[in-house]
Amino acid sequence: MKAYVAFLLGFALLGTSCSHKRESALVPKPTAFGAAIVESSGGKQFAQTGSLLPQPLVVQVNDQQGNAVAGALVEFAAAPGVIFDPGAALTDSSGQVTANVSLGSKAGRYQIIASTVDKSYKTIDLGLEEIALGYQQTLGRRLNNQYCDRCHNPESTVEQVSNYDNLDVKPHPFTEGVTLNQISDADLTAIITHGGPALNKSALMPAWGNTLSKSDIQALISYIRAVSDPPSRSAGPTYSRN
Amino acid sequence: MKEKFASLWQKLFGDSVRAFGVVSVIFLLSMAIAPAKNFFSEWRHYQHGYLSVIRNRSEANTLQRHFQSGIQQIWIPDLGVVDRCTSCHVGLQEASLTDVATQPYRKHPVIPHKLDQFGCTICHRGQGAATTVAEAHSSTLAWEQPILPAKYIESSCGQCHRGPLTGTPQLNQGRNLLQRQGCVHCHTVKLPDGNTMKATDDPPPLSHIADKTTREWIFAWLKDPQAYATTSTMPNFRLSDGDARDISAFLIANSTPIAGNNATVPAKASSDPAAGASLYGESFCASCHAVQNAAGNMVGGDIGPELTRVGSKVKPEWLQAWLRNPRTYDPGTGMPHYRFTDAQVATVSGFLLAKTDSDLLANIHLDSATPEQIEHGKRLVSDYGCASCHEISGIKKPENFAPELSRIGSKPITQLIFLPGMQHTLPDYIAGKIKNPRAFSPGLKMPQYTFTTAQIDALTTALLSLNDRSYTLPPSLAVPRKAETDYQPAGKAGKLMTDLACFSCHRINGHGGDMAPDLTWEGSSVQRGWLAQFFKNPGTLRPSLIRRMPRFNLSDSEVNELTDYIMTVYQSPAVDRDSLSQGGYSPGQVELGKQLFYGKYSCQGCHIVDTKTDKGYIGPTLTQVGSRLNAAWIYQWMKNPQSLRPGTIEPNREMSDEDARALTAFLTSQKGGGKPEVAKK
Repeated sequence: MKAYVAFLLGFALLGTSCSHKRESALVPKPTAFGAAIVESSGGKQFAQTGSLLPQPLVVQVNDQQGNAVAGALVEFAAAPGVIFDPGAALTDSSGQVTANVSLGSKAGRYQIIASTVDKSYKTIDLGLEEIALGYQQTLGRRLNNQYCDRCHNPESTVEQVSNYDNLDVKPHPFTEGVTLNQISDADLTAIITHGGPALNKSALMPAWGNTLSKSDIQALISYIRAVSDPPSRSAGPTYSRN
Repeated sequence: MKEKFASLWQKLFGDSVRAFGVVSVIFLLSMAIAPAKNFFSEWRHYQHGYLSVIRNRSEANTLQRHFQSGIQQIWIPDLGVVDRCTSCHVGLQEASLTDVATQPYRKHPVIPHKLDQFGCTICHRGQGAATTVAEAHSSTLAWEQPILPAKYIESSCGQCHRGPLTGTPQLNQGRNLLQRQGCVHCHTVKLPDGNTMKATDDPPPLSHIADKTTREWIFAWLKDPQAYATTSTMPNFRLSDGDARDISAFLIANSTPIAGNNATVPAKASSDPAAGASLYGESFCASCHAVQNAAGNMVGGDIGPELTRVGSKVKPEWLQAWLRNPRTYDPGTGMPHYRFTDAQVATVSGFLLAKTDSDLLANIHLDSATPEQIEHGKRLVSDYGCASCHEISGIKKPENFAPELSRIGSKPITQLIFLPGMQHTLPDYIAGKIKNPRAFSPGLKMPQYTFTTAQIDALTTALLSLNDRSYTLPPSLAVPRKAETDYQPAGKAGKLMTDLACFSCHRINGHGGDMAPDLTWEGSSVQRGWLAQFFKNPGTLRPSLIRRMPRFNLSDSEVNELTDYIMTVYQSPAVDRDSLSQGGYSPGQVELGKQLFYGKYSCQGCHIVDTKTDKGYIGPTLTQVGSRLNAAWIYQWMKNPQSLRPGTIEPNREMSDEDARALTAFLTSQKGGGKPEVAKK
């Protein structure tokens, strides 16, 4: 009888350890180890809730001398709802792992941890942040692209040449949290509605109150709050791994 | 054992008093099951949880006052909504709970509608009347509609809103893709407003294909359209070599020549690449056509086909005939008739023919076709529904070639066959089918598309919006779509405008493209002399634009015809051209206007009047605006730009009449001839 129980127990243990192995089979075995993990590109992007970030997230594993390490393991983790493709991978010949990231269904900031292990199997984490825009912020982004971006965004592309450099008084990019977080919602509404002079600022900022509706302006402000860096207090919740 | 039982029986039911007592206890316990179930219900648990979440907040009293215990419901009889979601999602309407991240207590994000106006399930799906988490959110035996994943939520907006909305980019994109990627050529989509969704792409006719290209190219294209052009909207039918051989044989054999296409070529294709590139640039071919550059990026627009490897496709004599007048080959093409001279045709065709890819046709050797092959090819063309998209002589466009998608968003899950490992939900099925149709059955005819994940999500969103509710909605809730009109200008000028394909870029009276300005009221806007000059030599008004009006080599009589028509017909009732004079304003008024321009309104942020000081890049350059625009138009534009051009980004400044008049005086005085200096980037 005892032998039978022991056999069963052993079998069950074997079963669990097997299934455990099967789970970890999704994570490839590292062939090399790095000493540091850094972001190459793809942090601080915005996307609509539940949708794919426009650019993939690229992280790089380096050794102590700062040289790229191929074959090191990188795993991504974030709050439930965030999907990584792939969730874990080995670095390529340039020491990088590229993952497509879909954000969760709630608007706010998602903290993403990219981690690798060093020689002693100690985990090294890299914290990144991506921003999911809800309905109001998405609407705000649309309005921003149409009306604001060409002056407020200093970056030029072939399709959209920035007007930022042409202005004698430089507008604040909306990611400039240091300045914009100091301005209250009421003041931002006043500047957008009545133009810069409403708050003794430059007349180069025109009044939009007759062109945009009140809810449009609210949407713009919620977008500005959502993308500001450092985050504004009204940016909404932050979602982390736990 | 038996004795034990007997004694227990004796103890419990030995006499009538004992039996009564025991039965009463059992009865009482069973009576208590229902209230106990109620007491331990999930919603009560969550309501308790909510109370402890709000307890320590500064506005606890207010929240406490708003809180109502017990099952809550939103009941909207007209819509058939009985939503009890607010029993657990207690804080949905509490504006102060923005920082609460735990469900079910989060505040609902800001949306344009009120919760008690539409309830929850109209947008989120799920079972509204349920009072347990599992029944409300998931598919059950009695209710198969689970909660809609958040990434498809815009589909619910599309149930009522039948046109594009600013807040729903994904839905708008999905609807555009359905029309642009050829989906609705094969699948009928009857919209809730009774119209049928129309395709907006323009697959080329194949009745004269042998004039245009070779059988080898058709073979290569059929095998893998993306190998020729990565931006191609033609899907991959995964044809075998034999099938591609036979279809190409049929298309060539079936093709009839068009007189003029292979006529004698007066000019030989020129081999001057520099002249070709510059004429290609000057003609703004890149506004519509893309070419992949060395870095692998697409440069150019997506209205016309990609030209990266066009030299490996077209026959030189066809290309020259096409450049001379595209409407000879395809009367419905969106390509303008450029009126190139023979020398220009030679230059552009030489430039384009040099865009070849030696790998494309390297390994294709086709023997001459047998009648059996041609017959088989014809059968395949019918089987695959090629004529749903392309005009092919001798083959009728099939009706209802593919399943109708009108109510696909309500398709019962029981009618779907899922792939192993796939989640059994409708959105997953639709997305999976679009991603890889043949995975569902190798015999399916639906071809393989090259959609990105974002495009698949957008398409799924658009398809989910076509559900039962969108068709059975109370008509008062439907927000109709602004339908594209089929406006066509009349007379000789109308013919000329079709020939020049003005509507490929410009919109007039609700018809046409959106690349270039809407011309509905162009006659009120510009001066005749300027317009005539612009046709002859289109300059640029906006320094930063890369897409511009091409020069069409118009004759004087053609310019007059067009100018007269535009000046007479495209008149806005809001602008009386004779109400303000073009000049004669007092210097004081002009000076006041100048001060307003640079001071109060700071127009130089976006516009250039003085090329030495102004740098504004966004609006049109105004150095010659006094010779270009009508004074009455300028005045009305100052008063309310959106009344003249809805959606223009020039802000409405609500100017006083005096300010508007002074600015009009200042702007009409700007007749300078100097070219704007464009700062080098």
